[in-house]
Parts: sequence; structure tokens; C-alpha cells
Amino acid sequence: MTEFVNKKDGQLALSHIAVAFIALFLGAVAGLLQTFVRSGEIELPAGIGYYQLLTAHGVLLGLVFTTFFIIGFLYSAVSRTTGALNTFSLKAGWIGFWFMTIGTSIATVMILLNKATVLYTFYAPLQASPWFYIGLTLVVVGSWVSGIGMFHQYAAWKKENKGKPAPLISFMAVSTMLLWLIATIGVAVTVLFQFIPWSFGWVDKINILLSRTLFWYFGHPLVYFWLLPAYMCWYVIIPKVIGGKIFSDALARLAFVLFILFSIPVGFHHQILESGIDPFWKFIQIVLTFMVIIPSLMTAFALFATFELSGREKGAKSLFGWFKKLPWGDVRFFAPFMGMLIFIPAGAGGIVNASHQLNQVVHNTLFVTGHFHLTVATSVALTFFGISYWLIPHLTGRTLTKKMNQLGIIQTVFWTIGMFFMSGAMHTVGLLGAPRRTAFTTYGDHPEALAWMPYKTAMAVGGAILFVAILLILYIIVYLAFWAPKGQEEYPIGEVSNDAEPTPLFFENWKLWIGISAVLIILAYTVPIIDMIQNAPPGSQGFKLW
Amino acid sequence: MHKLEKIWLLIGIGTLVMFLTIVGVGAFAHGNQPPSDLATLDPQKVDQTPPFDEPGLKKIGENEYELVLIAQAFSFTPNEIKIPKGAKVHIKVTSKDVVHGLQIVGTNVNMMVTPGHVNSLTYTFKETGNYLILCNEYCGVGHQVMGTTIEVIEG
Repeated sequence: MTEFVNKKDGQLALSHIAVAFIALFLGAVAGLLQTFVRSGEIELPAGIGYYQLLTAHGVLLGLVFTTFFIIGFLYSAVSRTTGALNTFSLKAGWIGFWFMTIGTSIATVMILLNKATVLYTFYAPLQASPWFYIGLTLVVVGSWVSGIGMFHQYAAWKKENKGKPAPLISFMAVSTMLLWLIATIGVAVTVLFQFIPWSFGWVDKINILLSRTLFWYFGHPLVYFWLLPAYMCWYVIIPKVIGGKIFSDALARLAFVLFILFSIPVGFHHQILESGIDPFWKFIQIVLTFMVIIPSLMTAFALFATFELSGREKGAKSLFGWFKKLPWGDVRFFAPFMGMLIFIPAGAGGIVNASHQLNQVVHNTLFVTGHFHLTVATSVALTFFGISYWLIPHLTGRTLTKKMNQLGIIQTVFWTIGMFFMSGAMHTVGLLGAPRRTAFTTYGDHPEALAWMPYKTAMAVGGAILFVAILLILYIIVYLAFWAPKGQEEYPIGEVSNDAEPTPLFFENWKLWIGISAVLIILAYTVPIIDMIQNAPPGSQGFKLW
Repeated sequence: MHKLEKIWLLIGIGTLVMFLTIVGVGAFAHGNQPPSDLATLDPQKVDQTPPFDEPGLKKIGENEYELVLIAQAFSFTPNEIKIPKGAKVHIKVTSKDVVHGLQIVGTNVNMMVTPGHVNSLTYTFKETGNYLILCNEYCGVGHQVMGTTIEVIEG
């Protein structure tokens, strides 16, 4: 194992991360303006629409920032632990990068031209320009090529190291990309066979329910695709940063396998209030949804076990004394730790959303928006920032200075406070009934809607604090990339505790996991999808209502 | 596996099983299922398809009503609705164009309205007052004005 990411591989990772942070900035500007429009503070100039901004915000942050950062980080992790990328993998990485970048550019231009104001979920029969869908297709295809590049590198390592388990973080990278490949099949099918022919006018009509079902087949594992790289940091990077050991290699792998199995056949929990799907099938998928809580419980245990063991090794005595021994002044730990902490209420909110009847109370209200601003926009985002603080200087041959470390801690505090106001207000006003994805309105000064206004102001206050935090992170990132003093920043990779049980090889029996995953998907989806096709009402023509 | 981890997972999984049992009993034994109407229609012929050819409130029994609503960008039809307090109301809704949502603020009435499909649920208003109905799924540039009200009156 090399201690460093090869220079050429580093450039590939850095290019991905650069696009990710450009998208973060643009998406954040849109987000800031949205909170001001919603609370009635400002009106948008120059004919820019609220929903246009909202589309940009969702696409740039939910799809572009995450996907680019993840692929960059995963490539760096594979290169760090299996050695310099072979020619095929490196080439695949660059081809993937250019596909994704061109696709992103096309989609962004279409949004800016107001030809794709359909939000990032692009529900039919709202019909965007076909080029918007083509742009998204290129992003997905590019990510597939990158995934195949990683698989190839992994397979080559396995060939040279017969009988040895792959390095944990590379195993996790392969698991994450495998999950992504299986999940994106759904969105690829609906975009290629439904949206593109329909938006070009080759066919007149579209099967609405089928398109929504295929979208959510992808849409839920998408959130696990965001989360798993954060888990990689929590499981493998953090133990090293705090001077501890990985609690158990085998259980970490088991958690990732469970995510592959249980994060896909669960899309109906986004369609609980929808007609045309028998509630029996909704319930089956809700049971499967709840299964995914198990690997998260395992993760929580493993992380706190690592914290306690390392604290006790440093001399902590009392029941919770180890807590004080954690390196609170080290942003590489502090930022991801705040992410972990916030994942507790975030996960609990997710259980509410997916609970069959409870969903009716919160569906399409701001509660849901509040929920995923805790999961992806805090747990995941803070962890990605926590990774960037050492990954970027590692790749550019610079160091994370004390001052930048300090600034990073301030950034994390700002982010947490901003999100407390914004997401807290969203959760509360959502319970009062305020809908998500809605521009400024009082519904003819209806008293219920007027009562939401103070919460919307709180959202704007939170949004403003978050924007300051965005400016801080961007300054830190640019500093670390271009101006920080030259040196060697560590790429922390944790070692497994001596007390941990040995890692069985069957975790890398991919055929088995793909097989079980396929069985679960077929079980959960076959009957309802046949039903959607056979009992479909006449389809819908396209509408451009913006 | 560590002994404490076994205990932790046992408690966690036990709680999950309990959750799912409660949700499942509620759904299948007590009939508290989310709105999942299986009826379909041609989204271009909503005005000619019963019951949507006559939208509005219709008395169908002793203290029982059917409320037929049509969602289209950016309004609900009919616009003025008066319902007696304590009456059982069967709400039926469909869309003439894109996907909408139907939510009555302050109640648990909340459902997706997809074109080509009917969605329905039953609700009893227990308090008098002016209730806000709104669309909670993005449907276009006027989405934020898509709403109407229900007046619940002494029965």
C-alpha cells in the first residue's frame, strides 16, 4: 500500500472536486435567493423565476456537487489503497469526467435559458427541452464509465492479491458504485425510453405513473449514494484522525452489503399518497425501507465504539470521560462529527416520512425539505467538507495550516447554526402545513398561511448564515488548492483493531449480492409495474406551464 | 460480534419490528391505508367522465357527502365549497393537466393528484371554520396561487 495518491490520479480527483465546488457555489447562490423570495424580502430581477432558481439549486447541489465530489473522492481512495490507477481505469475516469462535465453544462444552460423549469425531479407531464434530458443522461453515462474504471482497478488488485480481502475503503468504493449502477438503471430507462422520445415529439404521450415509479426506483438509492461516501469517511478516515482503530472490518463490510440490498427496492415510500399503486405493495416496500435502518444502527455502534476505545487508550477513566479525549480542535474530525451528530435527528425524521400513515401528515410539506437539508445538506455536506480539508492539500502537495483548520471549525459552527434555523423552521412550519417547492404566497391572506411567515423569515436568516459558511468553505478550498504552504498532508486511512474478528472473503462475492439484490427488486416491483403498464390510463401530452 | 453490539442491535431491530407491526395493524386490520385509488380515466376527457362531469358537493346519504374536485393549472374546481360540520365527506379528485397535490391545511387530507388517475379519501371535519385547500406539488409558474377554501358550517 502506498501512502500517497499518484500525481496523475490526483489530477483526476482534483478535477472532479473543482467542478463540485463550482456547482456548490452556483447552487448556494440560488438557495440564498430562494429563502429571500419565499419570505417576501425580495423579488427577482430580470425575469428570473423562483422555480428556475429552484431547479438550478436542486440539480447543481443534489446531482452535480454530490456526484462529482463522490467520484473524485472514491477515485482518490482507490488509488491510495490499491496503488496507482492502471491505464484503463485512469482513462475511464477521464472519459467519465468529460461526459459528466459536458452533460452538466448542457443541463445548466437549458435551466438558465428557462427551457427546463421542471425541478430536479422533472415529473412528467411537465416537459423540458429534450437537451435537458440528454444532459442528465450524459451525467449518468459518465458516472457509469467512472464506476467501471474503479471496478477494473479493483479486479486487477484482486488478481494480484489472490485470497486477500481488498482494502476496506476500496471495497466500500466498489460497493457504492455498484449501488449507483443498479439504481441508475431506473432513471436511464425512463429518460431514454420515455422522456427523450416524448420531448422530441417522436411519441405524443407518456405513462405518468410508470415514469414516476422508475424515477423513484432511482431516487431513493440516490440518497444512499450520497451517504455511503460519508460513511466511508466515518468508518475508515476518522479512526485514523482521532488516533484510534477501526472497530471491525467485517461488520463495516456487512453494513455496506446491507445498503446495496435494502436501499433500492424501496422507492414506493416516496409515492405513498399516490393513486394507482395497491397499498399492499406500498407496505412491502416500507418494510424493506425500514431494513436499511439496521446498517445505520451498526454504523452508529462502530463509530462510538471507536471513539470510546481510543479515548480509553489515551487514559480516559470515567463512563463518558473518553468523550473529552476526542480531538475537538481538529477540523478533519470536528466537521464530520457534527455531520454524524445531525444524522440522528435526520434519520428519525426519515423514519417519520416513510411510515405509511404518518407520511400523510408531512408529504410535500416543508418538513420534507427540512429533512433532507439535515441528511444530505448537513451530514453529507459537512463530511465532504471534512474530507476536502486534507484531501485537497494532499493532492496539491500543500498542507492544512493551523489558521485554515481554525477557519474550518468556524465554518462548521456557522453551518450548524444556519441549518438549525433553516431546517428547524422548515420542520416546524411543515408540520403546520406549509407546502414545499412554493414561491412567495399568502393564499389570498388566508390566516393559516399568514401564520407561516415568521418561520419563513427564520428560514431566510438561516439561509443567510449558511451563505456566509459557503463563502468561508470556498475561501478555504481555494486557499488549500493554490496558496497554502507546500508540504505533505496526510491521507488518513485507519487500521483495523487487533481485537476485531478476521474478515471473511465472502463479502466480496459480488455475484451473490447482485443476485439477492435482483431478487428483492423483482419481488418488490414486478407485479406493480406490470399493473401500471396493463392498466394504464391514456397517457399524457407534454405541458410547458412556466 | 461484540456482546454490547448484539444487545444494541437486538433493541434496535426489536423497536423496528414493533414500529412495523403498529403501522401494519393500522393499515390492514384497521383499514388506515394511505390514499391509493386504483380508478383511471382519460386525462383529456375529464369533463365528460363521471363523476367529474359534475364537480362539487353532492349529498349521498344521511350526513354523508361526495366532494368531487378537479385540479388544473392553477386552480381547483369548484371554487366555493360549504360542508356541514361532522359530515362524512368522500373526496374524489383528478387532474386535467400535470401532477398536482391536494392538501387541506390543518387536517390529514393530503394526496397526490396524477393525470389519468383518480385519487380519493374520506374525511370528517370536526370543527367549523374556513379551511385552506392548496396544491402541494410544483405544477408551473402559478403553483403558489393554486388554492381555494372550504367553509365548514354548523350542520
